Amino acid sequence: MATSTTLAKADESVAHAARLDHVSKSFPGPSGPQLVLDDISLDVAPGEFVTLLGASGCGKSTLLNLVAGLDRPTAGSLTTDGRPALMFQEHALFPWLTAGKNIELALKLRGVAKAERPGKARELLELVRLKGAYGKRVHELSGGMRQRVALARALAQESKLLLMDEPFAALDAITRDVLHDELTRIWAETGVSVLFVTHNVREAVRLAQRVVLLSSRPGRIAREWTVDIPQPRRIEDAPVAELSLGITEVLREEIRRHGQH
Amino acid sequence: MASTETKTTERTGLAGIEAGLDALESTAARRTPWRQTFTEKILPPVIAVAVVLVVWQALISLKIVDDPTKLPSPGAVGDQFAESWRKGELLGYIWTSVSRGLLGFAFALLIGTPLGLLVARVKFVRAAIGPILSGLQSLPSVAWVPPAVIWLGLNNSMMYAVILLGAVPSIANGLVSGVDQVPPLFLRAGRTMGATGLKGVRHVLLPAALPGYVAGMKQGWAFSWRSLMAAEIIASFPDLGVGLGQLLENGRNALDMAMVFEAILLILFVGIAIDLLIFSPLERWVLRSRGLLVKS
Repeated sequence: MATSTTLAKADESVAHAARLDHVSKSFPGPSGPQLVLDDISLDVAPGEFVTLLGASGCGKSTLLNLVAGLDRPTAGSLTTDGRPALMFQEHALFPWLTAGKNIELALKLRGVAKAERPGKARELLELVRLKGAYGKRVHELSGGMRQRVALARALAQESKLLLMDEPFAALDAITRDVLHDELTRIWAETGVSVLFVTHNVREAVRLAQRVVLLSSRPGRIAREWTVDIPQPRRIEDAPVAELSLGITEVLREEIRRHGQH
Repeated sequence: MASTETKTTERTGLAGIEAGLDALESTAARRTPWRQTFTEKILPPVIAVAVVLVVWQALISLKIVDDPTKLPSPGAVGDQFAESWRKGELLGYIWTSVSRGLLGFAFALLIGTPLGLLVARVKFVRAAIGPILSGLQSLPSVAWVPPAVIWLGLNNSMMYAVILLGAVPSIANGLVSGVDQVPPLFLRAGRTMGATGLKGVRHVLLPAALPGYVAGMKQGWAFSWRSLMAAEIIASFPDLGVGLGQLLENGRNALDMAMVFEAILLILFVGIAIDLLIFSPLERWVLRSRGLLVKS
């Protein structure tokens, strides 16, 4: 947790990996501007693991795009401790490069010297337990392996904040379960802050220290839960199931509201 | 707590589960055995050529066509090849045309690539010349020969001009469609990694567009070669050296059908050979390295 103090900017930003202060975002629609995110205030502390939970239309992806710096908020202010790394539902690995070279490209764009890149890439592959995958092409890897390489590539950016946009949604249950364990381990090892978007309540509870529920159309912060179940957790653990049940109830209530008008 | 213990053992076993999953879900690449390549890839075209030769010889032998100024026998065409070879002219014909074609194609690449990038990435340029560029592809390049002769005269520059006008639109269009097909996800991923501006073009956009670009190059070569042959046939002039197009025209003037056949076959072979030796392997390599070429 103390790792991020060294590179933080001079102002008060030391205390957070990302700070959203009354952030709103609207897009031009057929009948005037369409409000997608409404007055979102959210802090992610250094080393914290936060999941953003919400049904369709809650603007999760819009929010991640804003934090990633791919888009600008319409109102409010948003600061991050350096440029965050972003991981997608699809692996987004470049198919013209091998697994190792994908990671090396991230290192190169960060300005790592050429001689250091292969060694660093192999270290990162080892971190995600894919030592042998350095020379493999993307299409030769399974879905779970691709997401692990994508995770290694995101970690190669050495960002303080890792944004994850439903990264395990397309995987089968067994693989997803294993990757939850991996992500928890790597998060603990690297001390990176994680902002993880999902619509899977149990996944949110399995992984996070804090679960933030967004309401839909427009996206607003509906409620927050602190998850103090000790890690390592399993998705089947009784406390995880119990909290998930409670959150699901609130989520359903949120969704039900939309059917009433 | 008892449950913590089971958790610990499960955690140490995680690497094992992962290795198992990885092994289960990866498939090993298989090399096609040589015998199979032979029977599936090499044998069929050889048989096709043999059938054509047999039919051709039958037309002569059965006297269905017995005017050698209309249809020479395969043997006569063979003798024509042998004679050109003996006189040491055969390679000269080929080289004259191939060197023109490849040099012209190289110029076309130098012009078509930046042009394609501009059309693909700059909205105004696309709106302005995009439709013209794709329209130009359907204009037979022979149409450029008369104006090129008038503008540049009967010389090599005119040949290159015709090649360029034939190949540049194909190359540029190939690159444009390659860029259009780049998944936006790659560009987003690149941007979050810091690949913006020219870095983004070099590290993400161009490599991602490579399959379309190579397809455009392949078509561009076919168009270069056709344009060049048209130019050589129409604008044959002794001082230009004898390329394959001139050989064809000379054969026609001399009413020497064997020579005409020799020229046609050479034009065909060279076109196929360049494609087989350069463009097809390049295309296959690009597609295979991305897992886009699935062995049937």
